[in-house]
Amino acid sequence: MKKSKYPPYRAHSTLSALPPGRWATVLTVVGPGFIALRLMEMGLVPGASISVVRSAPLGDPIQIKLRDYHLALRRTEAELINVALAD
Amino acid sequence: MSALPSQSLSTLTVAIAGNPNAGKTSLFNALTGLRQKIANYPGVTVEATRGVWYLDDGSPVAVVDLPGLYSLNATSIDEQIACDTLVGSGERFEPSISPDVIIVAIDATNLSRNLYLATQVIELGRPTVVALTMFDLALRNGIEINVPSLAEALGVPVVPVVARRLIGIDALASAVKKIAEQTRASVSATRIDDALTIRKHELLDRYQRIDTLLSRVLTQKNSEGLSRTERIDAVLTHRIFGPLILIAVVLFVFQMIFSWANLPMNLIDGGFSSLGRFVRTTLPPGVFTDLLADGVIAGVGGVLVFLPQILLLFLFIAILEESGYMARAAFLMDRLMRSVGLDGKAFLPLVMSFACAVPAVMATRTIQSTKDRITTIMIAPFMSCSARLPVYTLMIASCFANQKTFGFISTGALIILTMYLLGISTAVGVAWLLKHSILKAPSTLFVMELPVYRIPSVSNVFHTMLSRAGLFIKRASTVILAASILLWALAAFPRSTGSSSVTASEQVKNSYAGRAGRLMEPFIAPLGFDWRIGIGLISSFAARETIVSTLSVVYNVGEEDESQRSGSLVRVMTDAKRSDGSPMWTPLVGLSLMVFFVLACQCMSTLAVVRRETNSWRWPLFMVSYMLVLAYVGSLITFQGGRLLGFN
Repeated sequence: MKKSKYPPYRAHSTLSALPPGRWATVLTVVGPGFIALRLMEMGLVPGASISVVRSAPLGDPIQIKLRDYHLALRRTEAELINVALAD
Repeated sequence: MSALPSQSLSTLTVAIAGNPNAGKTSLFNALTGLRQKIANYPGVTVEATRGVWYLDDGSPVAVVDLPGLYSLNATSIDEQIACDTLVGSGERFEPSISPDVIIVAIDATNLSRNLYLATQVIELGRPTVVALTMFDLALRNGIEINVPSLAEALGVPVVPVVARRLIGIDALASAVKKIAEQTRASVSATRIDDALTIRKHELLDRYQRIDTLLSRVLTQKNSEGLSRTERIDAVLTHRIFGPLILIAVVLFVFQMIFSWANLPMNLIDGGFSSLGRFVRTTLPPGVFTDLLADGVIAGVGGVLVFLPQILLLFLFIAILEESGYMARAAFLMDRLMRSVGLDGKAFLPLVMSFACAVPAVMATRTIQSTKDRITTIMIAPFMSCSARLPVYTLMIASCFANQKTFGFISTGALIILTMYLLGISTAVGVAWLLKHSILKAPSTLFVMELPVYRIPSVSNVFHTMLSRAGLFIKRASTVILAASILLWALAAFPRSTGSSSVTASEQVKNSYAGRAGRLMEPFIAPLGFDWRIGIGLISSFAARETIVSTLSVVYNVGEEDESQRSGSLVRVMTDAKRSDGSPMWTPLVGLSLMVFFVLACQCMSTLAVVRRETNSWRWPLFMVSYMLVLAYVGSLITFQGGRLLGFN
């Protein structure tokens, strides 16, 4: 039931589609310059380990974990981040 | 903006920079104690907090707490100001700050992202000291940092501090003194290259260097510290419990503001009323006595009456901020607030506005985007505040006495609910309009750190509370006092002749306010209002509930004590007739007046505080005018529409 909320997960996907609890590695950050830049400055650089903790009650924004801290971002921004599932 | 008196004595200026939530403000409070002063950078809403730090040898150092920033690539005006000060082009923001030494506060429990900013600042080449904050927390979480090798790698002194317990402050002092004494090559203001590709490359390179550095410096790295926060978050941001707990927190804060603030507010109100009466009875009657009693004393009382609410509200806001819950509330509410074009951070100030718009407007500071903040301020007064309740009560008692809808629901309760909903829906509509017109912002970024949960520090909470209350008194009081005296003068001049035989009622009717009420009558007649209500509308600009006392004066209700007066006012109003003999206070007039009070910004205190928070007269003037237009149109539709539908 819970899984049906997320599209079928592929090995390469966006952060928005990453199921909660799984760790992934950032591949690229795309999108408008200043947004991509800020996301990367917050530590979402290629190679960084990242995991989705949960989504807010209305499904958006999402709470993610990286570099020993938690970050909230909207799905529109999470879709700019391409990730590959770790392990 | 006057400089701190001690600034001229000090030879050293220190700026504290760091990520938001890095413990910057705790450090600032630890260094300066209560010797601090908040000023606005002119033309912008960003605050500069300055203070004096006395080193162990007694020499004063001027300290500036810069707005938090994540990198030298600024995305908001707050960050721009911090960034310009650090880079050395801070002169465009008076009072210009040219720090001799920069202290970068970095959170020891979250080194890698904090070092991103720290390394950028260090590379500017200015004398820099790194303060490793929350060092105790890091130790407790099993994070071991090799401080000497971190200092060596960064090339600047690194001092572990625990600001709340004043640990490491002396070491920080000597590091700052030492580095200030060393003469350094003059710093050239670094121009940061704007080419995004270069910056991206530099960014990746920087994180790579940080990771390499950390692999040497952090001997043990685990995320044990996060686990406690994660366990709390599992409940507080839970799909079902999260919103429920948020509602409970809001209700609790609300209840506290209403009930705890009520007693001191009544005391202040009563105290100033008795003081006014005392002045009136002891001094000889005359203009001066009236000015003192009804203008000055009432005005000062009008300022101070807000103080309990502001103190309490900021007590709770400081606790919510310090504990880390504020970010969670914004996280939970973001999706909902986004439907009106705002982000989650606008939620709490808007809820607070149901108590009083004055502290709510001050609470919008947590919203980073200036345009979102102004939108929030612009719609805050639509939330039915506690000052509207006496007006609703009077109207319901006079126009809808003991009526029931469907035979069992009290009409009064239904009407009050409708008024609240009218305010909320208008706020939603106006927010949408503003966000799609004059306050339109390019795609905003909602990237918000969810800080680790912490027990709020008592001293930080009290600092915030006291400095906010002090700011309110200092900045809003002059405007409120002036407006109060002006409104008094409108009702007190010209003096009706005939000295003692003139009743208060006749005095008001013949005053400027009375004349204005009559002049206004043709304009407000389509709303169902007569000149008496016109006088009430003018006087209620001091505060909405003032219309009740103005109407009792106009209707010449005896000056008995408050409770009896309102009872007899209702009787007089129920019997009041228009010139054609029809009853004055029909349900439709009552509704029309209530709609007017929902929509109009009849509150000089709100305007004074909006002036202070937006740092210009432009926004308060815009606010009062567009709300007045809305109120007029709303009342017109209510009254004329109601008549068309056959009501009276």
